[in-house]
Amino acid sequence: MTLPQLFFLYFAVSMTGLSLLVVTRRNPVHSVLWMLVLFLHIAALYLFLNAEFLAAIQIIVYAGAILVLFLFVIMLLNLRREETERMFQDQWPVGAGIGVVLAVFFVVIVGKIAVLAPLGEYSIDAVQAEGHIMSIGKVLYTKFLLPFEIASLILLVAIIGAVVLAKKRI
Amino acid sequence: MPGTYIPTNYLPVAIIMVFAALVGLGAVVAGILVRPRRPYLQKLIAYESGNPPVGEPRYRFSVKFYIIAMLFVVFDVEAVFLYPWAVAYDKLGIFGFVEMMLFIFILLIGYIYVWKKGAFVWE
Repeated sequence: MTLPQLFFLYFAVSMTGLSLLVVTRRNPVHSVLWMLVLFLHIAALYLFLNAEFLAAIQIIVYAGAILVLFLFVIMLLNLRREETERMFQDQWPVGAGIGVVLAVFFVVIVGKIAVLAPLGEYSIDAVQAEGHIMSIGKVLYTKFLLPFEIASLILLVAIIGAVVLAKKRI
Repeated sequence: MPGTYIPTNYLPVAIIMVFAALVGLGAVVAGILVRPRRPYLQKLIAYESGNPPVGEPRYRFSVKFYIIAMLFVVFDVEAVFLYPWAVAYDKLGIFGFVEMMLFIFILLIGYIYVWKKGAFVWE
């Protein structure tokens, strides 16, 4: 096993473990804190995919802003009663069993893949020679212009939705 | 594809992350190992500047905080979109300028809407 594969193994295993910690904590604030560690690991995984910009965004937007949103929602709901109740339904072993079966299928199918897609225009060397942000900027604002402008509409919907939901008198 | 590339220039970042985690965990672990442990009631109750503690530490927060957090997320994402645009500005020319103005204009509509509805006013 090569060194990059060892790194990937660490991140894959720890991300799975952290996700389990997030869903099994009784205190929701603890869940959010584990999620912070999970987001940092995801950012590191992006680095290993030669996506520096995405790693930075993962930390700025997800660990910075979305996590605050999660924390506020937990504070709004004030889950005192839920913390003392049973955490899982009785059916959880069935769900876990189906999950394991699907995981086995996934591993078998992915293991069978012999033909990989040919490398595209943006190889690791090409991206690093030009700079990550420059190569994203050149593609995002020309080839993916429509998705970019649609993103602004989605953000507009989010703004209006938040105000309509949370404002006492509109 | 995972498992083929190592971002070597991020090694200092990895080192400082590990170091920070070790300092944080080390302080807690050293405290557990070193300190004497003699708990009694007065020591364990919450400290509220000398007064007996009143109520619970966690209560329901106002939904007003949610609007602020949501607006923060939205304008954070907008700033993220501005960054690659600024870097690639020379390559994009006037076309890039116009499309970003359109992007900002659409979000400005939302900003004006929020302002008119008084979401920034703490009522």
